[in-house]
Amino acid sequence: MTDQPDRAASVVRISGVDKEFSAGGRVVTTALSGIDLDIRRGEFVSLIGPSGCGKSTLLRLIGDLIAPTAGSVEVNGKPAHAARLGREYGMVFQAPVLFEWRSVEDNVKLPLELLGMARSERETRARQMLDLVELGEFRGHHPHQLSGGMQQRVAIARALALQPAILLMDEPFGALDEMTRERMNSEVLRIWQQTGTTIVFVTHSIPEAVFLSTRVVVMSPRPGRITRVVDVPLGQPRNDDTREEPRYFQVVTEVREALRAGGGLGGESTGASDDRLAAEGRVG
Amino acid sequence: MTSAAPSVGVPLAPRPGRAKRIGRSVAYYAPAIAVFVGVIGLWEIAIRAFEVRAVIVPAPSAIGAALVENWGAGRWPLFDAARATLFEALGGLVIGTLAGLAVAFGVSRWANARDAVLPAAIAANAIPIIAIAPIFNAWFGVTNPLSKMMVAALLVFFPVMINVTRGLTQVEPAAIELMRSYAASEWAVLRKVRVPNALPFFLTALKVATTLSLIGAIVGEYFGGASGVIGRVVVQSASALRFDVTWAAILLGAVAGISLYLAVVLLERWLIPWHASVRREEPG
Repeated sequence: MTDQPDRAASVVRISGVDKEFSAGGRVVTTALSGIDLDIRRGEFVSLIGPSGCGKSTLLRLIGDLIAPTAGSVEVNGKPAHAARLGREYGMVFQAPVLFEWRSVEDNVKLPLELLGMARSERETRARQMLDLVELGEFRGHHPHQLSGGMQQRVAIARALALQPAILLMDEPFGALDEMTRERMNSEVLRIWQQTGTTIVFVTHSIPEAVFLSTRVVVMSPRPGRITRVVDVPLGQPRNDDTREEPRYFQVVTEVREALRAGGGLGGESTGASDDRLAAEGRVG
Repeated sequence: MTSAAPSVGVPLAPRPGRAKRIGRSVAYYAPAIAVFVGVIGLWEIAIRAFEVRAVIVPAPSAIGAALVENWGAGRWPLFDAARATLFEALGGLVIGTLAGLAVAFGVSRWANARDAVLPAAIAANAIPIIAIAPIFNAWFGVTNPLSKMMVAALLVFFPVMINVTRGLTQVEPAAIELMRSYAASEWAVLRKVRVPNALPFFLTALKVATTLSLIGAIVGEYFGGASGVIGRVVVQSASALRFDVTWAAILLGAVAGISLYLAVVLLERWLIPWHASVRREEPG
Protein backbone atom coordinates (compact mmCIF):
# COMPACT_ATOMS: atom_id res chain seq x y z
CA MET A 1 0.00 0.00 0.00
CA THR A 2 1.32 3.37 -0.96
CA ASP A 3 0.74 6.50 1.07
CA GLN A 4 -0.75 4.99 4.21
CA PRO A 5 -3.59 7.31 5.34
CA ASP A 6 -4.09 8.32 8.95
CA ARG A 7 -5.20 5.05 10.48
CA ALA A 8 -6.48 6.58 13.68
CA ALA A 9 -9.20 8.63 12.03
CA SER A 10 -12.70 7.19 12.31
CA VAL A 11 -14.67 7.10 9.08
CA VAL A 12 -17.73 5.53 10.68
CA ARG A 13 -18.77 6.03 14.28
CA ILE A 14 -21.91 4.22 15.38
CA SER A 15 -23.03 4.66 18.98
CA GLY A 16 -26.01 3.24 20.82
CA VAL A 17 -27.99 2.51 17.68
CA ASP A 18 -31.36 0.73 17.85
CA LYS A 19 -33.53 0.11 14.83
CA GLU A 20 -37.15 -0.91 15.11
CA PHE A 21 -39.55 -1.44 12.25
CA SER A 22 -43.14 -0.48 13.01
CA ALA A 23 -46.44 -1.00 11.25
CA GLY A 24 -49.59 0.85 12.25
CA GLY A 25 -47.91 2.46 15.25
CA ARG A 26 -46.77 -0.87 16.73
CA VAL A 27 -43.20 -2.11 16.79
CA VAL A 28 -43.12 -5.24 14.64
CA THR A 29 -39.42 -6.10 14.65
CA THR A 30 -36.45 -4.98 16.61
CA ALA A 31 -33.86 -5.30 13.86
CA LEU A 32 -30.88 -3.89 15.76
CA SER A 33 -30.24 -3.28 19.43
CA GLY A 34 -27.41 -1.44 21.17
CA ILE A 35 -24.98 -1.25 18.25
CA ASP A 36 -21.61 0.44 18.85
CA LEU A 37 -18.98 0.28 16.14
CA ASP A 38 -16.04 2.38 14.99
CA ILE A 39 -14.50 1.90 11.57
CA ARG A 40 -11.16 3.54 10.89
CA ARG A 41 -9.97 5.03 7.63
CA GLY A 42 -8.71 2.44 5.16
CA GLU A 43 -10.19 -0.53 7.01
CA PHE A 44 -11.96 -3.43 5.34
CA VAL A 45 -14.74 -4.50 7.71
CA SER A 46 -17.12 -7.39 7.07
CA LEU A 47 -20.50 -7.76 8.75
CA ILE A 48 -21.39 -11.42 9.06
CA GLY A 49 -24.34 -13.25 10.57
CA PRO A 50 -27.33 -15.39 9.69
CA SER A 51 -30.29 -13.99 7.76
CA GLY A 52 -32.35 -11.73 9.96
CA CYS A 53 -29.44 -10.55 12.11
CA GLY A 54 -29.76 -7.04 10.69
CA LYS A 55 -26.42 -6.85 8.88
CA SER A 56 -27.98 -5.32 5.75
CA THR A 57 -30.02 -3.00 7.97
CA LEU A 58 -26.82 -1.85 9.65
CA LEU A 59 -25.24 -1.19 6.24
CA ARG A 60 -28.28 0.85 5.21
CA LEU A 61 -28.07 2.85 8.43
CA ILE A 62 -24.45 3.71 7.67
CA GLY A 63 -25.51 4.75 4.15
CA ASP A 64 -28.47 6.82 5.46
CA LEU A 65 -30.91 4.85 3.35
CA ILE A 66 -32.85 4.33 6.58
CA ALA A 67 -32.72 6.25 9.88
CA PRO A 68 -32.00 4.75 13.31
CA THR A 69 -34.75 4.65 15.96
CA ALA A 70 -32.20 5.62 18.61
CA GLY A 71 -28.50 6.45 18.71
CA SER A 72 -26.31 8.15 16.14
CA VAL A 73 -24.40 7.29 12.99
CA GLU A 74 -21.54 9.56 11.99
CA VAL A 75 -19.58 9.31 8.79
CA ASN A 76 -16.46 11.39 8.23
CA GLY A 77 -17.26 13.35 11.38
CA LYS A 78 -20.76 14.39 10.36
CA PRO A 79 -24.21 12.82 10.56
CA ALA A 80 -24.79 10.09 7.97
CA HIS A 81 -27.51 12.21 6.36
CA ALA A 82 -25.08 15.06 5.69
CA ALA A 83 -22.55 12.56 4.34
CA ARG A 84 -25.11 11.19 1.88
CA LEU A 85 -26.05 14.68 0.70
CA GLY A 86 -22.30 15.32 0.35
CA ARG A 87 -22.14 12.24 -1.91
CA GLU A 88 -19.53 10.47 0.17
CA TYR A 89 -20.87 6.97 -0.44
CA GLY A 90 -20.41 4.33 -3.08
CA MET A 91 -22.88 1.45 -2.93
CA VAL A 92 -22.82 -2.02 -4.48
CA PHE A 93 -25.84 -4.28 -4.11
CA GLN A 94 -26.33 -8.01 -4.57
CA ALA A 95 -27.76 -7.32 -8.04
CA PRO A 96 -25.53 -5.13 -10.24
CA VAL A 97 -28.45 -2.66 -10.84
CA LEU A 98 -27.05 -1.50 -14.16
CA PHE A 99 -29.40 0.42 -16.44
CA GLU A 100 -29.92 -1.53 -19.64
CA TRP A 101 -30.50 1.62 -21.67
CA ARG A 102 -27.01 2.84 -20.88
CA SER A 103 -23.73 1.48 -22.18
CA VAL A 104 -21.18 0.22 -19.67
CA GLU A 105 -19.37 3.55 -19.78
CA ASP A 106 -22.57 5.57 -19.41
CA ASN A 107 -23.56 3.50 -16.40
CA VAL A 108 -20.29 4.45 -14.73
CA LYS A 109 -20.92 8.09 -15.65
CA LEU A 110 -24.31 8.18 -13.91
CA PRO A 111 -23.08 9.44 -10.51
CA LEU A 112 -20.79 11.93 -12.26
CA GLU A 113 -23.79 13.36 -14.13
CA LEU A 114 -25.69 13.66 -10.87
CA LEU A 115 -22.75 15.56 -9.44
CA GLY A 116 -22.83 17.91 -12.43
CA MET A 117 -19.27 17.15 -13.49
CA ALA A 118 -18.13 18.56 -16.86
CA ARG A 119 -18.50 16.24 -19.84
CA SER A 120 -14.81 15.86 -20.64
CA GLU A 121 -13.97 15.20 -17.02
CA ARG A 122 -16.73 12.55 -16.84
CA GLU A 123 -15.21 10.85 -19.85
CA THR A 124 -11.75 10.69 -18.29
CA ARG A 125 -12.99 9.54 -14.89
CA ALA A 126 -15.26 6.82 -16.32
CA ARG A 127 -12.36 5.42 -18.34
CA GLN A 128 -10.06 5.45 -15.32
CA MET A 129 -12.64 3.54 -13.31
CA LEU A 130 -13.24 0.97 -16.06
CA ASP A 131 -9.49 0.47 -16.38
CA LEU A 132 -9.34 -0.01 -12.62
CA VAL A 133 -11.77 -2.95 -12.84
CA GLU A 134 -10.05 -4.10 -16.05
CA LEU A 135 -13.08 -3.60 -18.31
CA GLY A 136 -11.68 -0.75 -20.40
CA GLU A 137 -12.26 -2.51 -23.70
CA PHE A 138 -15.90 -3.20 -22.85
CA ARG A 139 -16.93 0.40 -22.29
CA GLY A 140 -19.12 0.49 -25.42
CA HIS A 141 -20.94 -2.74 -24.56
CA HIS A 142 -24.37 -2.92 -23.04
CA PRO A 143 -24.89 -4.67 -19.68
CA HIS A 144 -26.69 -7.68 -21.20
CA GLN A 145 -23.56 -8.48 -23.20
CA LEU A 146 -21.51 -9.03 -20.04
CA SER A 147 -21.34 -11.98 -17.64
CA GLY A 148 -22.61 -11.65 -14.06
CA GLY A 149 -19.14 -11.12 -12.64
CA MET A 150 -18.31 -8.46 -15.22
CA GLN A 151 -21.59 -6.66 -14.52
CA GLN A 152 -20.73 -6.57 -10.83
CA ARG A 153 -17.31 -5.12 -11.71
CA VAL A 154 -19.06 -2.35 -13.65
CA ALA A 155 -21.17 -1.71 -10.54
CA ILE A 156 -17.97 -1.42 -8.50
CA ALA A 157 -16.48 0.99 -11.04
CA ARG A 158 -19.65 3.09 -10.79
CA ALA A 159 -19.54 3.02 -6.98
CA LEU A 160 -15.93 4.23 -7.00
CA ALA A 161 -16.46 6.90 -9.66
CA LEU A 162 -17.09 9.65 -7.12
CA GLN A 163 -14.00 8.53 -5.18
CA PRO A 164 -16.17 8.06 -2.10
CA ALA A 165 -14.92 8.15 1.48
CA ILE A 166 -16.57 4.81 2.05
CA LEU A 167 -17.70 1.91 -0.10
CA LEU A 168 -20.72 -0.05 1.15
CA MET A 169 -21.17 -3.52 -0.33
CA ASP A 170 -24.28 -5.59 0.39
CA GLU A 171 -23.59 -9.26 -0.40
CA PRO A 172 -22.18 -8.19 -3.77
CA PHE A 173 -21.08 -11.66 -4.82
CA GLY A 174 -23.93 -13.65 -3.29
CA ALA A 175 -25.40 -14.41 -6.70
CA LEU A 176 -22.13 -15.58 -8.28
CA ASP A 177 -20.72 -19.11 -8.48
CA GLU A 178 -17.89 -20.08 -6.13
CA MET A 179 -15.10 -19.76 -8.73
CA THR A 180 -16.20 -16.33 -9.89
CA ARG A 181 -16.70 -15.26 -6.30
CA GLU A 182 -13.11 -16.11 -5.37
CA ARG A 183 -11.83 -14.22 -8.40
CA MET A 184 -13.98 -11.23 -7.49
CA ASN A 185 -12.68 -11.36 -3.91
CA SER A 186 -9.10 -11.01 -5.13
CA GLU A 187 -10.26 -8.23 -7.45
CA VAL A 188 -11.87 -6.28 -4.60
CA LEU A 189 -8.75 -6.65 -2.48
CA ARG A 190 -6.62 -5.31 -5.33
CA ILE A 191 -8.96 -2.32 -5.79
CA TRP A 192 -9.03 -1.69 -2.03
CA GLN A 193 -5.22 -1.60 -1.93
CA GLN A 194 -4.98 0.57 -5.03
CA THR A 195 -7.55 3.14 -3.89
CA GLY A 196 -7.24 3.01 -0.09
CA THR A 197 -11.05 3.29 0.18
CA THR A 198 -12.69 2.22 3.44
CA ILE A 199 -14.96 -0.76 2.73
CA VAL A 200 -17.89 -2.15 4.71
CA PHE A 201 -18.88 -5.52 3.32
CA VAL A 202 -21.98 -7.58 4.18
CA THR A 203 -21.73 -11.32 3.62
CA HIS A 204 -22.96 -14.62 4.99
CA SER A 205 -19.88 -16.51 3.84
CA ILE A 206 -17.28 -17.06 6.54
CA PRO A 207 -14.37 -17.75 4.14
CA GLU A 208 -15.18 -14.64 2.15
CA ALA A 209 -15.31 -12.46 5.26
CA VAL A 210 -12.00 -13.77 6.61
CA PHE A 211 -10.17 -13.60 3.29
CA LEU A 212 -11.20 -9.99 2.63
CA SER A 213 -11.32 -8.24 5.96
CA THR A 214 -9.05 -6.59 8.45
CA ARG A 215 -11.86 -7.08 10.98
CA VAL A 216 -14.94 -9.33 10.97
CA VAL A 217 -17.99 -8.10 12.88
CA VAL A 218 -20.03 -11.12 14.01
CA MET A 219 -23.74 -10.51 14.53
CA SER A 220 -26.57 -12.55 16.08
CA PRO A 221 -30.28 -12.39 15.30
CA ARG A 222 -33.48 -11.36 17.12
CA PRO A 223 -32.66 -8.69 18.01
CA GLY A 224 -29.59 -7.99 15.89
CA ARG A 225 -26.53 -7.41 18.07
CA ILE A 226 -22.78 -7.42 17.61
CA THR A 227 -21.58 -10.45 19.53
CA ARG A 228 -17.90 -10.27 18.65
CA VAL A 229 -15.38 -8.42 16.56
CA VAL A 230 -12.65 -10.72 15.24
CA ASP A 231 -9.34 -9.22 14.12
CA VAL A 232 -7.86 -10.89 11.06
CA PRO A 233 -4.07 -10.95 11.51
CA LEU A 234 -3.31 -12.02 7.93
CA GLY A 235 -0.71 -10.03 6.02
CA GLN A 236 -1.18 -8.04 2.82
CA PRO A 237 -1.31 -8.53 -0.04
CA ARG A 238 -3.45 -11.62 0.17
CA ASN A 239 -3.74 -14.12 -2.64
CA ASP A 240 -4.77 -17.71 -3.34
CA ASP A 241 -2.00 -18.95 -1.05
CA THR A 242 -3.57 -17.02 1.83
CA ARG A 243 -6.53 -19.41 1.66
CA GLU A 244 -4.17 -22.28 2.50
CA GLU A 245 -2.37 -20.71 5.44
CA PRO A 246 -2.95 -22.31 8.87
CA ARG A 247 -3.66 -18.87 10.34
CA TYR A 248 -6.45 -18.41 7.79
CA PHE A 249 -8.12 -21.61 9.00
CA GLN A 250 -7.68 -20.52 12.59
CA VAL A 251 -9.55 -17.27 11.96
CA VAL A 252 -12.26 -19.09 10.00
CA THR A 253 -12.75 -21.39 12.98
CA GLU A 254 -12.76 -18.46 15.37
CA VAL A 255 -15.48 -16.67 13.36
CA ARG A 256 -17.51 -19.86 13.09
CA GLU A 257 -17.36 -20.39 16.85
CA ALA A 258 -18.34 -16.79 17.46
CA LEU A 259 -21.36 -17.29 15.20
CA ARG A 260 -22.30 -20.49 17.02
CA ALA A 261 -21.95 -18.83 20.41
CA GLY A 262 -24.25 -16.05 19.22
CA GLY A 263 -26.88 -18.57 18.12
CA GLY A 264 -26.08 -18.06 14.49
CA LEU A 265 -24.87 -21.58 13.73
CA GLY A 266 -26.17 -25.06 14.53
CA GLY A 267 -27.13 -26.09 18.10
CA GLU A 268 -29.96 -24.21 19.76
CA SER A 269 -31.01 -22.12 16.76
CA THR A 270 -32.62 -23.82 13.79
CA GLY A 271 -34.06 -22.58 10.57
CA ALA A 272 -33.46 -22.66 6.84
CA SER A 273 -31.17 -19.64 6.81
CA ASP A 274 -29.02 -21.07 9.58
CA ASP A 275 -28.68 -24.36 7.70
CA ARG A 276 -27.56 -22.48 4.64
CA LEU A 277 -24.95 -20.67 6.67
CA ALA A 278 -23.76 -23.91 8.24
CA ALA A 279 -23.31 -25.37 4.76
CA GLU A 280 -21.30 -22.33 3.74
CA GLY A 281 -19.13 -22.62 6.82
CA ARG A 282 -18.21 -26.17 5.97
CA VAL A 283 -16.68 -25.02 2.70
CA GLY A 284 -14.01 -23.08 4.57
CA MET B 1 -33.47 -18.80 -37.01
CA THR B 2 -30.97 -19.33 -34.26
CA SER B 3 -30.67 -16.31 -32.06
CA ALA B 4 -27.30 -14.69 -31.62
CA ALA B 5 -25.43 -15.98 -28.59
CA PRO B 6 -24.66 -13.10 -26.27
CA SER B 7 -21.00 -12.29 -26.72
CA VAL B 8 -20.05 -12.77 -23.09
CA GLY B 9 -16.48 -11.89 -22.41
CA VAL B 10 -15.43 -11.16 -25.97
CA PRO B 11 -15.52 -7.93 -27.94
CA LEU B 12 -18.44 -7.68 -30.35
CA ALA B 13 -18.17 -9.58 -33.61
CA PRO B 14 -18.34 -7.41 -36.73
CA ARG B 15 -21.76 -7.21 -38.38
CA PRO B 16 -22.26 -9.68 -41.24
CA GLY B 17 -22.06 -8.35 -44.81
CA ARG B 18 -24.95 -6.61 -46.53
CA ALA B 19 -25.76 -9.45 -48.95
CA LYS B 20 -25.80 -11.92 -46.11
CA ARG B 21 -28.11 -9.73 -44.05
CA ILE B 22 -30.58 -9.34 -46.96
CA GLY B 23 -30.50 -13.10 -47.50
CA ARG B 24 -31.35 -13.67 -43.86
CA SER B 25 -34.19 -11.14 -43.98
CA VAL B 26 -35.70 -12.94 -47.00
CA ALA B 27 -35.40 -16.28 -45.22
CA TYR B 28 -37.07 -14.71 -42.18
CA TYR B 29 -40.07 -13.24 -43.99
CA ALA B 30 -40.57 -15.92 -46.66
CA PRO B 31 -42.86 -18.22 -44.60
CA ALA B 32 -45.22 -15.38 -43.65
CA ILE B 33 -45.44 -14.20 -47.27
CA ALA B 34 -46.02 -17.77 -48.49
CA VAL B 35 -48.91 -18.27 -46.05
CA PHE B 36 -50.47 -14.94 -47.03
CA VAL B 37 -50.26 -15.60 -50.78
CA GLY B 38 -51.47 -19.18 -50.26
CA VAL B 39 -54.60 -18.09 -48.38
CA ILE B 40 -55.48 -15.50 -51.04
CA GLY B 41 -54.95 -18.13 -53.76
CA LEU B 42 -57.11 -20.76 -52.03
CA TRP B 43 -59.82 -18.16 -51.45
CA GLU B 44 -59.90 -17.27 -55.16
CA ILE B 45 -59.95 -20.94 -56.22
CA ALA B 46 -62.71 -21.82 -53.73
CA ILE B 47 -64.95 -18.92 -54.88
CA ARG B 48 -64.57 -20.00 -58.52
CA ALA B 49 -64.87 -23.74 -57.91
CA PHE B 50 -68.03 -23.52 -55.79
CA GLU B 51 -69.47 -20.52 -57.66
CA VAL B 52 -70.07 -18.56 -54.45
CA ARG B 53 -72.17 -15.48 -55.08
CA ALA B 54 -70.40 -12.13 -54.68
CA VAL B 55 -73.08 -10.99 -52.18
CA ILE B 56 -71.85 -13.66 -49.75
CA VAL B 57 -68.09 -13.50 -50.33
CA PRO B 58 -66.52 -11.71 -53.29
CA ALA B 59 -63.38 -13.22 -54.85
CA PRO B 60 -60.06 -11.49 -54.11
CA SER B 61 -59.86 -10.55 -57.78
CA ALA B 62 -63.26 -8.83 -57.55
CA ILE B 63 -62.19 -6.94 -54.43
CA GLY B 64 -59.01 -5.91 -56.25
CA ALA B 65 -61.04 -4.71 -59.21
CA ALA B 66 -63.39 -2.71 -56.93
CA LEU B 67 -60.36 -1.18 -55.25
CA VAL B 68 -58.86 -0.04 -58.56
CA GLU B 69 -62.22 1.14 -59.93
CA ASN B 70 -63.09 3.17 -56.82
CA TRP B 71 -59.58 4.31 -55.93
CA GLY B 72 -60.07 7.98 -56.85
CA ALA B 73 -63.45 8.07 -58.58
CA GLY B 74 -67.02 6.76 -58.51
CA ARG B 75 -69.58 6.97 -55.74
CA TRP B 76 -67.08 5.91 -53.08
CA PRO B 77 -63.56 7.29 -53.70
CA LEU B 78 -61.69 4.86 -51.43
CA PHE B 79 -58.31 6.55 -51.19
CA ASP B 80 -59.82 9.80 -49.91
CA ALA B 81 -62.00 7.83 -47.50
CA ALA B 82 -59.01 5.97 -46.09
CA ARG B 83 -57.06 9.21 -45.76
CA ALA B 84 -59.91 10.93 -43.93
CA THR B 85 -60.35 8.01 -41.54
CA LEU B 86 -56.60 7.76 -40.93
CA PHE B 87 -56.61 11.46 -40.10
CA GLU B 88 -59.34 10.96 -37.50
CA ALA B 89 -57.57 7.92 -36.06
CA LEU B 90 -54.26 9.80 -35.83
CA GLY B 91 -55.97 12.76 -34.16
CA GLY B 92 -57.54 10.42 -31.63
CA LEU B 93 -54.22 8.64 -31.12
CA VAL B 94 -52.48 11.92 -30.33
CA ILE B 95 -55.20 13.23 -28.01
CA GLY B 96 -55.63 9.91 -26.18
CA THR B 97 -51.87 9.36 -25.84
CA LEU B 98 -51.22 12.86 -24.50
CA ALA B 99 -54.08 12.53 -22.01
CA GLY B 100 -52.89 9.05 -20.99
CA LEU B 101 -49.32 10.29 -20.50
CA ALA B 102 -50.43 13.32 -18.50
CA VAL B 103 -52.57 11.25 -16.12
CA ALA B 104 -49.86 8.56 -15.82
CA PHE B 105 -47.21 11.10 -14.79
CA GLY B 106 -49.58 12.74 -12.30
CA VAL B 107 -50.76 9.47 -10.85
CA SER B 108 -47.27 8.04 -10.43
CA ARG B 109 -46.00 11.21 -8.77
CA TRP B 110 -48.80 11.84 -6.30
CA ALA B 111 -50.40 8.92 -4.48
CA ASN B 112 -53.46 11.10 -3.70
CA ALA B 113 -54.01 11.68 -7.39
CA ARG B 114 -53.91 7.94 -7.97
CA ASP B 115 -56.72 7.33 -5.49
CA ALA B 116 -58.78 10.16 -6.94
CA VAL B 117 -58.27 9.52 -10.65
CA LEU B 118 -57.94 5.76 -11.05
CA PRO B 119 -61.58 4.83 -10.25
CA ALA B 120 -62.81 7.43 -12.74
CA ALA B 121 -60.41 6.14 -15.39
CA ILE B 122 -61.52 2.55 -14.83
CA ALA B 123 -65.16 3.63 -15.04
CA ALA B 124 -64.43 5.49 -18.30
CA ASN B 125 -62.81 2.35 -19.67
CA ALA B 126 -65.86 0.28 -18.78
CA ILE B 127 -68.19 2.42 -20.92
CA PRO B 128 -69.18 0.50 -24.06
CA ILE B 129 -67.66 2.46 -26.91
CA ILE B 130 -70.70 1.79 -29.13
CA ALA B 131 -72.84 3.63 -26.61
CA ILE B 132 -70.60 6.66 -26.31
CA ALA B 133 -70.12 7.25 -30.05
CA PRO B 134 -73.55 8.81 -30.74
CA ILE B 135 -73.18 11.00 -27.64
CA PHE B 136 -69.80 12.30 -28.81
CA ASN B 137 -71.35 12.94 -32.23
CA ALA B 138 -73.90 15.14 -30.48
CA TRP B 139 -71.32 16.87 -28.29
CA PHE B 140 -68.62 17.65 -30.83
CA GLY B 141 -70.75 17.90 -33.97
CA VAL B 142 -71.67 14.94 -36.12
CA THR B 143 -69.81 16.26 -39.18
CA ASN B 144 -66.83 17.49 -37.18
CA PRO B 145 -63.92 14.99 -37.38
CA LEU B 146 -63.25 15.86 -33.72
CA SER B 147 -66.25 13.76 -32.65
CA LYS B 148 -64.59 10.67 -34.21
CA MET B 149 -61.21 11.61 -32.79
CA MET B 150 -62.67 11.75 -29.30
CA VAL B 151 -64.11 8.24 -29.61
CA ALA B 152 -60.68 7.01 -30.72
CA ALA B 153 -59.00 9.02 -27.94
CA LEU B 154 -61.22 7.44 -25.29
CA LEU B 155 -60.17 3.97 -26.49
CA VAL B 156 -56.49 4.92 -26.63
CA PHE B 157 -56.37 6.68 -23.27
CA PHE B 158 -56.71 3.68 -21.00
CA PRO B 159 -53.98 1.31 -22.22
CA VAL B 160 -51.52 4.20 -22.48
CA MET B 161 -52.34 5.50 -19.00
CA ILE B 162 -52.21 2.08 -17.31
CA ASN B 163 -49.03 0.91 -19.03
CA VAL B 164 -47.08 4.13 -18.58
CA THR B 165 -48.09 4.30 -14.91
CA ARG B 166 -46.80 0.78 -14.50
CA GLY B 167 -43.54 1.64 -16.26
CA LEU B 168 -43.01 4.74 -14.14
CA THR B 169 -43.70 2.99 -10.84
CA GLN B 170 -42.42 -0.55 -11.32
CA VAL B 171 -38.76 0.31 -10.93
CA GLU B 172 -36.32 -2.04 -9.22
CA PRO B 173 -36.22 -0.94 -5.55
CA ALA B 174 -32.42 -1.27 -5.61
CA ALA B 175 -32.31 1.27 -8.47
CA ILE B 176 -34.13 3.77 -6.26
CA GLU B 177 -31.77 3.00 -3.35
CA LEU B 178 -28.82 3.52 -5.68
CA MET B 179 -30.13 6.92 -6.73
CA ARG B 180 -30.82 7.83 -3.09
CA SER B 181 -27.26 6.89 -2.13
CA TYR B 182 -26.14 9.52 -4.65
CA ALA B 183 -28.59 12.02 -3.12
CA ALA B 184 -30.38 12.27 -6.46
CA SER B 185 -33.42 14.56 -6.67
CA GLU B 186 -36.92 13.25 -7.50
CA TRP B 187 -36.55 14.99 -10.84
CA ALA B 188 -33.27 13.19 -11.58
CA VAL B 189 -34.82 9.85 -10.63
CA LEU B 190 -37.72 10.57 -12.98
CA ARG B 191 -35.47 11.58 -15.85
CA LYS B 192 -32.73 9.00 -15.49
CA VAL B 193 -34.64 5.97 -14.17
CA ARG B 194 -38.42 6.16 -14.34
CA VAL B 195 -38.86 7.55 -17.86
CA PRO B 196 -36.39 5.17 -19.58
CA ASN B 197 -37.92 2.33 -17.58
CA ALA B 198 -41.39 3.32 -18.82
CA LEU B 199 -40.44 3.58 -22.51
CA PRO B 200 -40.92 -0.12 -23.38
CA PHE B 201 -44.28 -0.09 -21.55
CA PHE B 202 -45.31 3.03 -23.46
CA LEU B 203 -44.41 1.58 -26.85
CA THR B 204 -46.27 -1.66 -26.13
CA ALA B 205 -49.34 0.41 -25.27
CA LEU B 206 -48.87 2.50 -28.39
CA LYS B 207 -48.93 -0.62 -30.59
CA VAL B 208 -52.29 -1.64 -29.14
CA ALA B 209 -53.45 1.95 -29.36
CA THR B 210 -52.85 2.21 -33.14
CA THR B 211 -55.41 -0.52 -33.83
CA LEU B 212 -57.79 0.84 -31.20
CA SER B 213 -57.66 4.33 -32.69
CA LEU B 214 -58.81 3.05 -36.08
CA ILE B 215 -61.60 1.02 -34.50
CA GLY B 216 -62.66 4.11 -32.54
CA ALA B 217 -62.70 6.33 -35.62
CA ILE B 218 -64.69 3.82 -37.72
CA VAL B 219 -67.20 3.15 -34.92
CA GLY B 220 -67.70 6.91 -34.64
CA GLU B 221 -68.35 7.09 -38.38
CA TYR B 222 -70.95 4.34 -38.19
CA PHE B 223 -73.20 6.60 -36.18
CA GLY B 224 -73.38 9.26 -38.83
CA GLY B 225 -71.37 12.13 -40.18
CA ALA B 226 -69.91 13.31 -43.45
CA SER B 227 -69.52 10.58 -46.06
CA GLY B 228 -66.19 9.95 -47.71
CA VAL B 229 -64.83 8.05 -44.74
CA ILE B 230 -64.26 4.28 -44.36
CA GLY B 231 -67.11 3.79 -41.88
CA ARG B 232 -69.65 5.53 -44.11
CA VAL B 233 -68.43 3.70 -47.23
CA VAL B 234 -68.87 0.36 -45.43
CA VAL B 235 -72.44 1.24 -44.35
CA GLN B 236 -73.49 2.67 -47.72
CA SER B 237 -71.89 0.07 -50.00
CA ALA B 238 -73.26 -2.80 -47.90
CA SER B 239 -76.79 -1.43 -48.07
CA ALA B 240 -76.32 -1.09 -51.85
CA LEU B 241 -75.19 -4.77 -51.88
CA ARG B 242 -71.83 -3.69 -53.33
CA PHE B 243 -69.91 -6.03 -51.06
CA ASP B 244 -66.82 -5.91 -53.26
CA VAL B 245 -66.54 -2.22 -52.35
CA THR B 246 -67.25 -3.02 -48.68
CA TRP B 247 -64.42 -5.52 -48.64
CA ALA B 248 -62.12 -3.11 -50.43
CA ALA B 249 -62.89 -0.45 -47.83
CA ILE B 250 -62.20 -2.91 -45.00
CA LEU B 251 -58.94 -3.86 -46.69
CA LEU B 252 -57.87 -0.22 -46.85
CA GLY B 253 -58.79 0.25 -43.20
CA ALA B 254 -56.58 -2.72 -42.35
CA VAL B 255 -53.73 -1.31 -44.42
CA ALA B 256 -54.06 2.00 -42.57
CA GLY B 257 -53.93 0.12 -39.25
CA ILE B 258 -50.87 -1.87 -40.29
CA SER B 259 -49.04 1.28 -41.40
CA LEU B 260 -49.67 2.92 -38.04
CA TYR B 261 -48.45 -0.22 -36.29
CA LEU B 262 -45.28 -0.39 -38.39
CA ALA B 263 -44.62 3.28 -37.68
CA VAL B 264 -44.63 2.43 -33.96
CA VAL B 265 -42.30 -0.51 -34.57
CA LEU B 266 -39.84 1.86 -36.26
CA LEU B 267 -40.24 4.32 -33.39
CA GLU B 268 -39.48 1.49 -30.99
CA ARG B 269 -36.26 0.54 -32.77
CA TRP B 270 -35.18 4.14 -32.65
CA LEU B 271 -36.16 4.82 -29.03
CA ILE B 272 -35.29 1.56 -27.25
CA PRO B 273 -32.67 -0.33 -29.28
CA TRP B 274 -31.35 -1.64 -25.94
CA HIS B 275 -34.55 -3.43 -24.95
CA ALA B 276 -34.83 -7.24 -25.15
CA SER B 277 -37.98 -7.10 -27.31
CA VAL B 278 -36.15 -5.13 -30.00
CA ARG B 279 -32.81 -6.93 -29.72
CA ARG B 280 -34.38 -10.31 -30.42
CA GLU B 281 -35.66 -9.15 -33.80
CA GLU B 282 -32.14 -8.49 -35.08
CA PRO B 283 -31.50 -11.17 -37.69
CA GLY B 284 -28.28 -13.07 -37.17
